[in-house]
Amino acid sequence: MASIGTPTQRGCSGAVAGDREAITRLIQLQGDDPAALIEVLHQLQQIEGYLAARSLHQVARQLRLPLSRVYGVASFYHLFRRTPPPVHCCAVCLGTACFVNGALELLAVLELRLAQQARAGGWVLERMGCLGACGSGPVLRLDQGLAIRVRLAPAPKLDAQLEAIGLPPLGRATAR
Amino acid sequence: MSKPAPARLRCCDASACRNAGGLALRQALLAARAAAGLQPTSLAIGAVGCLRLCGRGPLVAADGPGGSRLWGGLSPEQAALLVAAAWVDADPPLALASPQASPPASPPTPVPPASAPLASSSDPLASYRLDLSHPFFSLQQPVVLEHCGLIDPDCLDQALAHGAYSQLRRCVRQLTPEAVRQEVRRSGLRGRGGAGYPTGLKWDTVALQPPGPRLVVANGDEGDPGAFMDRTVLESDPHRLLEGLAIAAWAVGAERGYVYVRAEYPLAIARLRRALDQISQRGGFGVAFTGTPWPLRLELRVGAGAYVCGEETALLQSIEGGRGTPRPRPPYPAQRGLGGAPTLINNVETLAAIPPILRQGGDWYAAIGAGNQASADKPASGATTATLGSRGTKVFSLSGAVVHTGVVEVPLGMPLRTVVETMGGGVVGGAPVKAVQTGGPSGGCIPAALLDTALDYEAMASLGSMLGSGGMVVLGPHTAMPELARYFMGFCVEESCGKCLPCRAGTVQLAALLDRFVAGQAEAADLDRLEALCAMVKATSLCGLGQSAPNPVLATLRHFRPEYLAACREEPRWA
Repeated sequence: MASIGTPTQRGCSGAVAGDREAITRLIQLQGDDPAALIEVLHQLQQIEGYLAARSLHQVARQLRLPLSRVYGVASFYHLFRRTPPPVHCCAVCLGTACFVNGALELLAVLELRLAQQARAGGWVLERMGCLGACGSGPVLRLDQGLAIRVRLAPAPKLDAQLEAIGLPPLGRATAR
Repeated sequence: MSKPAPARLRCCDASACRNAGGLALRQALLAARAAAGLQPTSLAIGAVGCLRLCGRGPLVAADGPGGSRLWGGLSPEQAALLVAAAWVDADPPLALASPQASPPASPPTPVPPASAPLASSSDPLASYRLDLSHPFFSLQQPVVLEHCGLIDPDCLDQALAHGAYSQLRRCVRQLTPEAVRQEVRRSGLRGRGGAGYPTGLKWDTVALQPPGPRLVVANGDEGDPGAFMDRTVLESDPHRLLEGLAIAAWAVGAERGYVYVRAEYPLAIARLRRALDQISQRGGFGVAFTGTPWPLRLELRVGAGAYVCGEETALLQSIEGGRGTPRPRPPYPAQRGLGGAPTLINNVETLAAIPPILRQGGDWYAAIGAGNQASADKPASGATTATLGSRGTKVFSLSGAVVHTGVVEVPLGMPLRTVVETMGGGVVGGAPVKAVQTGGPSGGCIPAALLDTALDYEAMASLGSMLGSGGMVVLGPHTAMPELARYFMGFCVEESCGKCLPCRAGTVQLAALLDRFVAGQAEAADLDRLEALCAMVKATSLCGLGQSAPNPVLATLRHFRPEYLAACREEPRWA
């Protein structure tokens, strides 16, 4: 299943998962209000990078909600992640404007390119919903940064552009 | 800060220009100003909201005695040149190239803004100048976006200097809720989120419920791919939305409200947060802006990535911290919403239109685009909604294969062709427009032959598309329609909440059928299956997402059937 990411949600934070006191505090800041569950999960993910099972248990206990309710919400929304985030993430925007400007073809190129390099650099390719950056498509999200107007071009030119925006250079992987 | 300086550089700080390097350019401009020994009082440099032509960012506008000029795509290295250009214009005796400062009158031939040779060839920034007299800019009629691009979205004082909250003050101090609602009814304003329900009627419905608490909600869950109108409002003029929402609260008798924004818009969220903080620092809406103890409290709620939350009953679930699944209506949220209380839910753009409507009067708003209506109303004269008409302005986000991508606000009733070809400049590379996709995954597409259709609710609906929320994606000759339909169906599969069967399973089956057309492996019977399944999903789904999921398929079938037929294999599959 595709997932959608934003810079705030895609965790690259150094915090250690399972910091119980931090979770307690952030829930208290929301007034222990069950209606703030989504906001609590957002903040939790920002601290820990993802929603770990034991953290979700703690949220359920502290908000006095059934665990099923907390899991239901955590699994319903695309932006919540229940597994640790990859080291590096390259996400392709599949909004209509990006689609019209060749996002699917770009996705195919990146799939090939990163398949060769999955072991080398820890890069993961994702699909993402429209970011509303439709004026500058096709758009890629590379970790925290956004790369715009990544137009499909002949291989050497596109490779150079992809390298320029931060993807690992192609040579290393193909040489293996 | 609030005093107009002799010269001013306005740097677009909305997300499109930020992504294109607007922040670095602004820093470089500040450094270049200091290096040139200029004071902020002689050359002001500030962040503003969207300057519209998003595809050419980062955009910078200069205001001086000679008028306004606009540049796009400058790099930080060119900051010194730009500071010099702005300064030269500010001081006429020094002006070397200022005879061209007033734009030449050449609107009949569509000139691409960038290549318009406005300045003399000695101007090193000439190729970055954008022609403000180009129809892309000159045909716009900013009402919702009137302050967008003029004020710093993070600065309350600038918003106040442009009249923010003056209508809220007038409402609370001088007008009864009924009088406010009457003005909104007169304006003919209809919901800008896509459905087009008359706003005044909705306000009345909430206001006239039995006594008890009421709530207001601004729907900023702008999920249609290709739509970024609400984001533009939120990032450029957050106080405008808050004033509209506060007026709505006054008009229906609410003292609590929420602004719901999708999490994919981090900049909009940050600006709204700051705007709400600024208000609470001044003691809240009542104390700060009306001088009364009116206890209105507005809160921000952030989504978490679910398209279906744009549907109003799902939105309410999400605000209450649950899964965003819709429920059957009636009861409508206007009757029973948050916590069982009558709840007014309006789209961001709808609410942002309220302050100017109250300032200028409902009749003024209703007169906008009225000239276009005489012909536009005719075909739909039998329909009950024909009397509603399509009045006022609408913001559209123009993107896709079009030359000039960005945000436009135009009077309703304007022909689609004017927006796409005259303002948008047609398809990149001069290829013909194949179709225009409107309304996102709930809408359809208008083929090139029908581009003269007026942009109004009824005319668009009669062609099997919809005016929708305002996303307008231009398609060039290379886009295959079954592939486009498959793309949207994939989106609906992904976004279906799973509550009702027709949508949960129907969209998956529709996607599988469309796959055959995309692969050129369909049978003739698949076309019948496709149509039958579309009809079933449309008729039996619980909410708008499922009911409208087949629309892109039906619209492309209607206008581009030969492409589907060509994708059918000649012989029966098992022959």
